[in-house]
Amino acid sequence: MRVVTTVNGTEQVADDVWPGESLLYLLRERLGLPGAKNACEQGECGSCTVHLDGEPVCACLVAAGQAIGRSVTTVEGLSGADGLHPVQQAFVEAGAVQCGFCTPGLVVMASDLLARVPRPTDPEIREALAGNLCRCTGYEKILDAVRLAASRQARP
Amino acid sequence: MDFLQPTTWGDALAARAERPDALAIAGGTDVMVDLNFDRRRPGALLDLTRIAELREWATDGDAVRLGAGVPYARVITDLGTQLPGLAMAARTVGSPQIRARGTVGGNLGSASPAGDAHPPLLAAGAQVEVASAARGARRVPVAEFYTGVKRSVLAPDELIAAVLVPRAAGPQQFCKVGTRNAMVIAVSAFALALHPDRHAVGTGIGSAAPTPRRAPEAEEFLAGELDWASRGPLPGTVAAEFGQRVAAAASPIDDVRGTAAYRRHSLAVMARRAATWAWDDLRRAA
Ligand SMILES: Cc1cc2nc3c(=O)[nH]c(=O)nc-3n(C[C@H](O)[C@H](O)[C@H](O)COP(=O)(O)OP(=O)(O)OC[C@H]3O[C@@H](n4cnc5c(N)ncnc54)[C@H](O)[C@@H]3O)c2cc1C
Ligand code: FES
Ligand code: FES
Repeated sequence: MRVVTTVNGTEQVADDVWPGESLLYLLRERLGLPGAKNACEQGECGSCTVHLDGEPVCACLVAAGQAIGRSVTTVEGLSGADGLHPVQQAFVEAGAVQCGFCTPGLVVMASDLLARVPRPTDPEIREALAGNLCRCTGYEKILDAVRLAASRQARP
Repeated sequence: MDFLQPTTWGDALAARAERPDALAIAGGTDVMVDLNFDRRRPGALLDLTRIAELREWATDGDAVRLGAGVPYARVITDLGTQLPGLAMAARTVGSPQIRARGTVGGNLGSASPAGDAHPPLLAAGAQVEVASAARGARRVPVAEFYTGVKRSVLAPDELIAAVLVPRAAGPQQFCKVGTRNAMVIAVSAFALALHPDRHAVGTGIGSAAPTPRRAPEAEEFLAGELDWASRGPLPGTVAAEFGQRVAAAASPIDDVRGTAAYRRHSLAVMARRAATWAWDDLRRAA
């Protein structure tokens, strides 16, 4: 099966895609985008989170064929010519990254939250990140990073 | 494996009939887990996400016709007022990522006794609209939809088109017990709907029987005890008795998520609280 999809603004073509394969496999193994991580393949950890037509989804639970003609943004698409995305910068500064395996999913999810809710409350941050697991940080530094990014973005 | 991508409902029903070996996929939050773990190898995937009408909802008389492919996230943003019980349940499903993809139609398709959409659909008295190319559409009361653990009346050549959910005429509640506030398969769940227009009570029990089910005897009891005319307070003893009757309607088992005894106990507590909260809401609204 051929899958044509727009990934991070560029049209991508993949051939011989197995119809039962996930969008996560397509991105990592066929399109060379290893940012979204493969940890559980059952929607539990959020480390594979990407945007599909603007919605945050677990790429492991989207069939590759369901992405045909759709627009996907991965963590690789967040940073621009002028460097890291503000959420990425805040993760670095707040010490929110240890092994880093959960980081891409959390960064995608946190950037999604800040795009919708510029000044989120703590319960809103927790709710938005409820589907992303981290085994290292204990989450406190991650919350710090999201608060930091929010405070910078809210500045005039 | 083939990937079937109909863009119209007619083509989807034709594909469903022609390919008994195809597995329908909507949000994929149940189907992809099975594929990723090699638990299923269907001959084809029948992707329903390109059929526009499945992703729409509309008011239909006194009901909302909710397309089978509307994700939980939209139930929450769009239907909190008209279908409060279902919207409350939708808020408890998985995570934002799961709610962006998972659908009520997929919950019905899986027909898990733990599915969170089922109790509020039962309490509201919803109907499931299913259709086949050969026989057209039919409507099934949701209480008759489930036939066993992960089984339903859906025939092999049928797809779920929509759910018809009566718009709330009174307060509704949904309660769910689990280990956290997110990402939890219910240990037990309970939904309540007050129907002040017809002096009736609706219930739905989740995760405490082979199928989601109502507690009809408890419904009748509470409807008979409530002071519908002057809306006097609900005595604590009546609420507690209602809770006991709801618990008695369940037939739970012991499993990794909880014991049968705990499920019964938690149902009694949830039902008592839900009745009290809903009745207080109705009194305040008066
Ligand atoms: C991490 C995680 C957390 C979860 N948390 C919850 C939770 O809290 N509560 C809960 O209830 N569920 C939960 N689930 C399960 C799942 O998200 C729900 O059951 C969801 O409603 C499934 O919808 P879907 O559109 O993703 O279904 P799919 O996976 O696409 O399909 C599910 C089943 O329904 C069939 N189907 C789908 N649409 C139709 C149709 N229109 N006609 C006929 N058959 C159809 C499919 O063939 C399949 O058998 C969770 C799942 C994951 C992975
Ligand atoms: S790999 Fe997709 S949620 Fe864990
Ligand atoms: S930093 Fe290691 S899992 Fe989060």
